[in-house]
Amino acid sequence: MLKPNDTQGKLIIVEGIDGSGKSTQINLLYKWLQAQGRSVYFSEWNSSVLVKSTTKAAKKTRAFTPTTFSILQCTDFADRWENSIYPLLKAGVIVLADRYAFTAFARDVARGVDPAWVRSMYSFAIQPDVALLFRVPMDISIQRITAARAKIKYYEAGMDLNLAKNRIDSFRIFQGRILDEYDKMVNEFGLTVIDGTLPVKTQQKLVREIVKNALQGWEGLLNPDHSVRKSQASALKGGKHEGGKQ
Amino acid sequence: MSEPVFYGAGFPYRKKHKMSGKLIVLEGTDGVGRSTQTKLLRRWLEAEGYAVSDTGLRRSELTQAGLNEAKKGHTLSPITMSLFYAADFADRLENQIIPAMQAGFVVLSDRYFYSIMARDCIRGVDPEWERKLYGIALKPDLILYLKADVPDLVARLIHGRGLNYWEAGMDIHLADNLYDSFIKYQTELTRIFDSLADEYNFVTVDAAHPIEEVFEELKEEIHHVLDEDHPLVEKLK
Repeated sequence: MLKPNDTQGKLIIVEGIDGSGKSTQINLLYKWLQAQGRSVYFSEWNSSVLVKSTTKAAKKTRAFTPTTFSILQCTDFADRWENSIYPLLKAGVIVLADRYAFTAFARDVARGVDPAWVRSMYSFAIQPDVALLFRVPMDISIQRITAARAKIKYYEAGMDLNLAKNRIDSFRIFQGRILDEYDKMVNEFGLTVIDGTLPVKTQQKLVREIVKNALQGWEGLLNPDHSVRKSQASALKGGKHEGGKQ
Repeated sequence: MSEPVFYGAGFPYRKKHKMSGKLIVLEGTDGVGRSTQTKLLRRWLEAEGYAVSDTGLRRSELTQAGLNEAKKGHTLSPITMSLFYAADFADRLENQIIPAMQAGFVVLSDRYFYSIMARDCIRGVDPEWERKLYGIALKPDLILYLKADVPDLVARLIHGRGLNYWEAGMDIHLADNLYDSFIKYQTELTRIFDSLADEYNFVTVDAAHPIEEVFEELKEEIHHVLDEDHPLVEKLK
């Protein structure tokens, strides 16, 4: 359902449930590609400034239905797609995306929207050159999330679906559905599964190997300014990039 | 009472409650007198004893802030804008139109997704993509298409509220001035509406006639739809 990549760029995306370690891995990949002097851009799910005010307000008042949630997430994606991801791919940049359309196909269908409908909504997007699915058992995901922050968020836990009274129980059922949807997509979209329980370094080695193969014999957009690259790299030390949030 | 019928999958997670209400849509380009007629129809239907709920585009609280923001800055690309409208439409459908239909209201909708489709398609959005997106939409019981010629629209608007930036499609640079842009934009919009009229079975009403005449015509069409199976019609007998 996604379009073939008709651009000069390369699109690399990571997917997986919360706590699967995908963000850690794509951050490491980002730094590695930058250190090689590549032109790389990073885009994060749900990070469009324009859509943010709407999403924030609706999350607060819990005003979403599965359909409006789904359409607004796609609006966020479309804003990033039309204003940065697609033009940069055209220019020959490597675009890294922390979550892609597959997140919507998994979550929105887990919320009960029609699978064909949500796939068609994202049909303006292209099939990534590399799509990695980080798979971890549910217990590990819950352990990682509860260790990292105090509380699982309302929509993240699927509390809007009335699956359970307790957030952890609801999260478990909801994420279980999401895992099932991801599994269905492995063949449908040719996702490469990575075992998210392996040591971080081992996973990164695998990731870099896969990306190296995908970039073999490909040049892409030259990065003319090394000083810019260096200052970007130093600004990125210590975690999150601003790439997707500009 | 009837099962709800959607253009596509609708809202699969919602229970398919029977709907005893009627959905009546008024469509047409800007300045054809839709809002005047909606007011008249509402008054008439209420006088007849029907509970009426009226709705229009961009009235959902969910996307109000975002859409206002977007209109101020003009920074939205076509797909993003069309999705914003779709979110708004879905919100009104689920939270307003469907509950009112279940409660037996006559829902008068001043425009429906056909208008959004028309404005998106002019801006280069793929019509097939739009059709699938609006597979969530409930099929109306009646779609009344108020149709006027472009010269007639110009006269109405100039003597009315004036030509405006959006109704002239100035954002897509069809011409360097408001008047020429308006003519080109509304001509194209009318062409698209005419093809939607065939596809979705609009009932076309000539909006060039005097307000009273148009109103009488609309009333007659609506009479056909509010038939015996309507609980409120039973009561009125």
